[in-house]
Amino acid sequence: MNPDALRDKVSVIGVGCCQFGENWDKSREDMIVDAVYEAYTDAGIEDPQHQIEAIFAGAVYPREGSGEVADSLRLYGKPITMLMDYCQTGTDAFRCGVFAVASGLYDTVLVLGFDKPKDRGVSGPSVAFDRVRGLPATPAGWFSLCAARYFETFGAGREDLAKIAVKNHHNGTLAPKSMLKREITIEDALSARIISWPFGLYDCAAQSDGAAAAIITRTDLARRVRKDPVLVKAVSVATAPHPQRDPDFDFLAWKPTLYAAEDAYRQAGITEPFRQLDVVQLHDCFTLTELLTYEDLGLCKKGEAKDHVASGTFELGGELPVNTDGGLKTFGHPTGATGVRMIYENVLQLRGQAGPRQVKNATLALSHNIGGAPQTCGIAILGMP
Amino acid sequence: MTGIVAHGAYVPTTRLPLALIQGRKAKDDGPEKAVAYGDEDAVTMAVAAALDALRGFERARVDAVYFASTSYELREKQGAAVVARALDLRPDVLTSDFAGSLRAGTAALEAALHAVKAGGARLVLVVASDCRMGAPRGALEAKFGDGAAAFLVGEDDVIARFLGSAARADEIQDQWRIDGERFTHTWEDRFVVEEGVVPNLVAVLRALCEKLDAKPGDFSRAAIYAHDARSQQGVAKAAGILRERLVDPLIGRLGNTGAAYAPMLLVAALEQARPGERIVCASYGDGAHALAFETTAALEKLEPRLGVAGHLARRRALPSYDSYLRSRSLDPKEWERGGDLGLSATVRFRERDADIGFIGARCTQCGQIHLPRPRVCIRCRAKDQFEPARLSDRRGRVLSYTFDYFFPAPDPPTIVVMTEVEGCRVQVQLANARPDEVRLDMPVEYVFRKIHEAGGKANYFWKASPLAEGAPA
Repeated sequence: MNPDALRDKVSVIGVGCCQFGENWDKSREDMIVDAVYEAYTDAGIEDPQHQIEAIFAGAVYPREGSGEVADSLRLYGKPITMLMDYCQTGTDAFRCGVFAVASGLYDTVLVLGFDKPKDRGVSGPSVAFDRVRGLPATPAGWFSLCAARYFETFGAGREDLAKIAVKNHHNGTLAPKSMLKREITIEDALSARIISWPFGLYDCAAQSDGAAAAIITRTDLARRVRKDPVLVKAVSVATAPHPQRDPDFDFLAWKPTLYAAEDAYRQAGITEPFRQLDVVQLHDCFTLTELLTYEDLGLCKKGEAKDHVASGTFELGGELPVNTDGGLKTFGHPTGATGVRMIYENVLQLRGQAGPRQVKNATLALSHNIGGAPQTCGIAILGMP
Repeated sequence: MTGIVAHGAYVPTTRLPLALIQGRKAKDDGPEKAVAYGDEDAVTMAVAAALDALRGFERARVDAVYFASTSYELREKQGAAVVARALDLRPDVLTSDFAGSLRAGTAALEAALHAVKAGGARLVLVVASDCRMGAPRGALEAKFGDGAAAFLVGEDDVIARFLGSAARADEIQDQWRIDGERFTHTWEDRFVVEEGVVPNLVAVLRALCEKLDAKPGDFSRAAIYAHDARSQQGVAKAAGILRERLVDPLIGRLGNTGAAYAPMLLVAALEQARPGERIVCASYGDGAHALAFETTAALEKLEPRLGVAGHLARRRALPSYDSYLRSRSLDPKEWERGGDLGLSATVRFRERDADIGFIGARCTQCGQIHLPRPRVCIRCRAKDQFEPARLSDRRGRVLSYTFDYFFPAPDPPTIVVMTEVEGCRVQVQLANARPDEVRLDMPVEYVFRKIHEAGGKANYFWKASPLAEGAPA
């Protein structure tokens, strides 16, 4: 593999995001159109039927093919790729779009992530009864399995998780399109009803409806469109064994992130992620996932995440702000859209358009998803020249 | 010599204090009944009792399995086949169900004795298991208890020699359950006792003595079906059996376990007996059935088992009557638990070794054990180099845990544990424990349980259970 093959060849020239939330009165078509047309405007696309050459779309819930996207956007006669890889679906759609442009086959490509879990009539994920092994199969149950061992090994506890929830609730209040805009206290988080120990309600991401879009093009063409294109430094996806069946899993780190981060940093030429990165969007499906991921991404040493939570390292105004728009916790988590929503936020941050949550002089930004039980991770690193 | 070679029993840990049925507060040592919890039924209890009986025996020796129950829920689809797969018995084992009568348990035992005596099988596993339901707050609910008994019947190392038996068929509609109904019905109690239970049991006990040319006083222990304590004593008196020789019918501790009742009392008798004792076991239902045994010197060589006494000592009282109703799905629910079609029959078929048998796959190249069986080894990546590795009789260790309040369960949370067994990771639910009893690295054993009822059928897998202190190895 040539880690330099991709770097800076592709640029993001436009992003869009619909209002996230329990969008009872909006269809998938509504949200797709809202997100994509905002991206058109942002990228200066006036004639999408002629300017968009291919579409890479990710969604977890619908069992429909590409026709839904084509008909929603009235884009016909062009390839639409539909992807599904659990929570890293959006990042993978972006990765495939980047490959398509970098190959030289297409000049301009639309990347789209969307999902509408709130049409299913239930709160939270669906409960499987089509098997007997591996039940309960709830994401909270999967991601909480690290807790007991991690807590005992490093002396962390629910209080550390609560601080992450408080931070992300605060950040969400500063993002206009977030689902939840409500500050909470440590006490709120600790006293909430338990979903899957140690996760209380506020330790869990807000499942929501939503769609997000990005338009990418060859970097040599990007400057004709706008003067501040955002460069793609790295796109990486890695898989790891199912943690419930991996005989070497230690409950202290999620392997998919370790693998993907190593590859992404090599592609981007990053050797000291904590020092070099300016802003990070990481997959806070649960507060503990955020805590572990600080370490798994190499932003701090294994076991030290709680100290950084205590000192505010990852808060807005801290040394390395994480989940500046509230993350999955409060911006919302329409599974297939989340990776692209993170691209949207990082592009705004890099362009200096993030309003009250703006990280000063941000020039290098990372986004991260981890999905499945989890077995898969996607990372995208964007930067300014 | 034909007879019983080994015995075992199972009583669910869960108990319902009878006071709760009446809305009163439970007293510490008040009367109670054993309750198969939401994840237990006649099949899971049968597996547990059979495992108790099989302690110290090579499972491959079992030639036949006779499963007796009036409450096994499928009318077409054998229970004995599930039991055989869960126990990882030989594929050529003869499986057969005995049903339809409270006498099914002793009928299965007698059939096994005859099969062995006739030379048709060398070792037969007999399991009687019942989980009958009385209508909520009805007369039968407090009487019924849940449990199972198991015997190995053979010719070598017999611990209780079969002396003979007597049977009596009688047509009387005193207790019955119609297809599709959940609850057993009964005619007026005095009619059941005076015309059914007492005359049939007395007659069959007298007939047995006559056949064996024995006197009632020759029996040092009498394991006699007890419709209630008084009628059991009435039977004994009329049959000439001394009251103190009656095996305690465990009313107020276990309850009437239906087809498993007389067999469980026989197990209790064998647990206390010494070599050279004569024991009579008598069951009731559409007539009566009595079998006589004589214990041998081999009785003292049988390795300890949990049995009736050991299982009765492990108990956990339900906190409320509502909790009991939820565990039996007797509570109205806004949404039914479980899906529509349930498990795919083809998936269940393909995965029966892992799901029903709890059988993993050991890589013959590097030794790594997997569950379920993969095609390629996770450790050394050898392809298709696996041999079966039974994990159900191995002990595991809790590596991590969570308490899932989201998954539908009668009494959330569902305790989920990541366990390691023989180097293999298995995520399972934890039975027989409260959240505050879970510890990292705690040792567990594995128990066969019902996971859910999707598709209207019991769907089984294994759970972990804290290793009981003092449990036989």
